Amino acid sequence: MSALHTPSAHDAHDAHGHDHDDHDDGASHSTFKGYAIGFVLSVILTAIPFWLVMAKVFDKPAVTSMVVLAFAAVQIVVHMIYFLHMNTKSEGGWNMLALIFTIMVVVITLSGSLWVMYHLNHNMMPMSPHEMKNMP
Amino acid sequence: MSLSTPHVAVNAPDNLRFYETEEHHPENGTLLGFWLYLMSDCLIFACLFAVYAVLGRSYAAGPSGADLFDLPLVAINTSMLLLSSITYGFAMLAMQKKRVPQVLIWLGITGLFGLAFIGLELYEFHHLIHQGAGPQRSAFLSAFFALVGTHGLHVTFGIIWLVVLMFQVARGGLIAANRRRLMCLSMFWHFLDVVWIGVFTFVYLMGSL
Repeated sequence: MSALHTPSAHDAHDAHGHDHDDHDDGASHSTFKGYAIGFVLSVILTAIPFWLVMAKVFDKPAVTSMVVLAFAAVQIVVHMIYFLHMNTKSEGGWNMLALIFTIMVVVITLSGSLWVMYHLNHNMMPMSPHEMKNMP
Repeated sequence: MSLSTPHVAVNAPDNLRFYETEEHHPENGTLLGFWLYLMSDCLIFACLFAVYAVLGRSYAAGPSGADLFDLPLVAINTSMLLLSSITYGFAMLAMQKKRVPQVLIWLGITGLFGLAFIGLELYEFHHLIHQGAGPQRSAFLSAFFALVGTHGLHVTFGIIWLVVLMFQVARGGLIAANRRRLMCLSMFWHFLDVVWIGVFTFVYLMGSL
């Protein structure tokens, strides 16, 4: 969306009047079109996963979870762009830098926890009722 | 002759100056700082998601997600939050047009959708606890209540903030400070919607499989 968070926001300000307040918000100029596109995309990207799960479209749960997760990832990007007005230029790129850093930490936290705890379960838990019966 | 060198920097043409010549935007600092807060909030949710990912299948012979979750209710809940997101967007558009009554109306509608969301979530929690599926039942339910409850608390405080802002806008109009507050709450509100995408996908949809 070119209308969002562009450096030319100043020109837009100057175009409608010289109200002094206008010059210091320095924020995104959202548009109805932007919100409408974001909303329609979000509705579609929410409805499809719910339908996939509730109507049991795929036989294998693993397939469904992968597809549903993919839809969620796309929807998060849609929200970031159309609702949170993320782009590489806002706040001189610092927003994006903070976001990238956060995503990195989140990925390490999630994958690291799952990895460690999976192996912990794998190595510590009794494997079968038979093994459990023969435990000391 | 060398005495003249200090003046060179001052009299230099624009492209040689290294200090900012544009007007300063004090609000940028607030918005960036608020964004950093949201990112740290994101880490809290990441930890809770990680806990749920690890413990989400530890039922302790109790009920599983497939037994408990009422997907139509979750779908209604999700649509409430999504609708509140778009109505907040409309409030921001009205703010740009400097229409105070419109801003207040859209903020009010946003708050009502938020209240509907919280109400449905509290109903669900009450229902679960009534069934004996409270947070103390299993590791799965502890992780579930911690994650969904934290999100619900965020929405609750968002609603309180929204009501306070409605009073501030009604009293002070759309002055720069109020516009800055509205923009911060906008980020907060949309951020909560982003977290909810993770919750309904990871907890409810994948838990019902």
